[in-house]
Amino acid sequence: MSGPSTYVPKSGFEKWLDTRLPVVRFMNDTLVDFPTPKNLNYWYTFGGILALCLGLQIVTGIILAMHYVPNTALAFDSVERIMRDVNGGWLIRYMHSNGASMFFLAVYIHIFRGLYYGSYKAPREILWGLGVIIFLLMIITAFMGYVLPWGQMSLWGATVITNIVGAVPFVGESIKIWLLGGPAVDNATLNRFFSLHYLLPFVIAGVVILHIWALHVPGNNNPTGVEVQDVKKETLPFHPYYTIKDAFAMCVFMLIFAGFVFYGPNTLGHPDNYIPANNQVTPSHIVPEWYLLPFYAILRAITFDILIIDAKFGGVIAMGGAILILFALPWLDSSKVKSMRYRPVARMWWFAFVLNFLMLAVCGAMPAEPPWTAISLICTIFYFAYFLVVLPVLGVIEKPLTPPASIADSIFQASAAHKKPSQVSPSAVPAE
Amino acid sequence: MAVTNTEELGAVKEPTRRDFIHVGTGAVAAGGAAMFAWPLINQMNPAADTRALASIEFDVAKVAQGSQAKIMWRGKPLFIRHRTPAEIAQAKKDDTAALKDPQTDAQRVTQSNKQVGKEEYLIMEANCTHLGCIPVGVDESGYIGEYGGWFCPCHGSHYDTAGRIRKGPAPKNLYVPPYVYTGGTVVKIG
Repeated sequence: MSGPSTYVPKSGFEKWLDTRLPVVRFMNDTLVDFPTPKNLNYWYTFGGILALCLGLQIVTGIILAMHYVPNTALAFDSVERIMRDVNGGWLIRYMHSNGASMFFLAVYIHIFRGLYYGSYKAPREILWGLGVIIFLLMIITAFMGYVLPWGQMSLWGATVITNIVGAVPFVGESIKIWLLGGPAVDNATLNRFFSLHYLLPFVIAGVVILHIWALHVPGNNNPTGVEVQDVKKETLPFHPYYTIKDAFAMCVFMLIFAGFVFYGPNTLGHPDNYIPANNQVTPSHIVPEWYLLPFYAILRAITFDILIIDAKFGGVIAMGGAILILFALPWLDSSKVKSMRYRPVARMWWFAFVLNFLMLAVCGAMPAEPPWTAISLICTIFYFAYFLVVLPVLGVIEKPLTPPASIADSIFQASAAHKKPSQVSPSAVPAE
Repeated sequence: MAVTNTEELGAVKEPTRRDFIHVGTGAVAAGGAAMFAWPLINQMNPAADTRALASIEFDVAKVAQGSQAKIMWRGKPLFIRHRTPAEIAQAKKDDTAALKDPQTDAQRVTQSNKQVGKEEYLIMEANCTHLGCIPVGVDESGYIGEYGGWFCPCHGSHYDTAGRIRKGPAPKNLYVPPYVYTGGTVVKIG
């Protein structure tokens, strides 16, 4: 939470600078002295991990751009040249391509953590909304990045996804042509996707700064969902307590990351993308990267016309809506209790929602034929029902447990519960 | 009370286990950062396909007497000049002249194996040693300088028929790349 600054300039230079550009004060209040709830668990380390992911993607991406050629005739070969000829190019490219996967893995954990502990609730609606914007930007950036190697999946993924825009009634076709720079995905498309793929991560970085700003006004949520009441008793300075905890989590995360980069660099990719793009033959089975599968399943789940909306546009609305509905979540969840730790019924629904999301991912990877079409539709309905029915209704009918009166209370209870056995045992010994 | 605390005595504090962990962790982090930084820096060095172009072969017999060829080597042009006997004689005569970068004509046609190659073929990098422009030579329209060799139009350096700098801002003679005749008139450059 942003309270009065605790920074005291030490050297003469710091004092001089502080009255002109208080940048040291800002960094100190943001990264060093920032009061952070004592009870954050490891699920709260993914914010830091995501910042690391973004940094790595930008660094490796800038390097790849030094060697990549955004031209349909040269793109595929330039990527192969990176893999074979550029010094350490294979490492940098595998870090970038697997980095995208790790980025999404982390962001999904981060989002589901927010859903579980009610981190989207007042006073953090803006914080949450900015997070959804970052997620949207990440999807667009990742999609454009996937087009750049100009393999079969790049070309046909781009063709399928840009046709989504064409589904918009009346103006869709003209917008699609404007977006592609021609009647089909071609050199003009590749060039602009490269330009935008380079731009958007910096836009993301900008929104991340707003996201952190919006976090630091109300301060972190925490597993109890109870706001900090006594800053002295219930918080610790961010450094060294959370810098070290975050750093440890980053190390573990990087081990998994390195496992993919060094032992299975193509495990998460699709072999068809090592076939150069051919605009006369479509691969037999088009799938997006794993992290977009749930939304792809939602897109394909709508196979019927709804009143005047045809199936094609209906799918597009459902897919877009699946992300946009997150913006409305702070106002859809009517419960007064934030953390699902104290909402036993909601917690079950949350687990069901996670499983449902994973099931959607499975559906997205499967061919669009029975029984997967039916399963996709059921999962899609549940996805929306969770936000539109379950959370609004549960807040009214569920009887939550009583959350602790304060974070300090919850820490005291936990440590008391911990000590109990050791307190009992001495008295148990004489009885023997 | 006897003062035993080293701190109170003003002595140097014994390093604790925590200090050891701090230093150890810091060292691992710094080592890791350095190792990670290396590929990020090294990627800007010439790639394998660029390095593969490091040496080329050329048949100098293709160059007619009194003319010069320009061929590409490592992304830069080379002069291969087939000199006339008069030009060679002039160059040898100037071995004793006041030279900015003294070299004999024989040194100018020495191969990378230290043996004198073919004196009629002068093989040199085509970039002026001043700031890298391509000097004008025989067969080309334009002034070729006071010494009948090359003249650099950018800043006015004059080179003689052995490619030695004679006048103007350039500090060095035109560079001779490493080369060796592999048989007959075929030369391997680089």
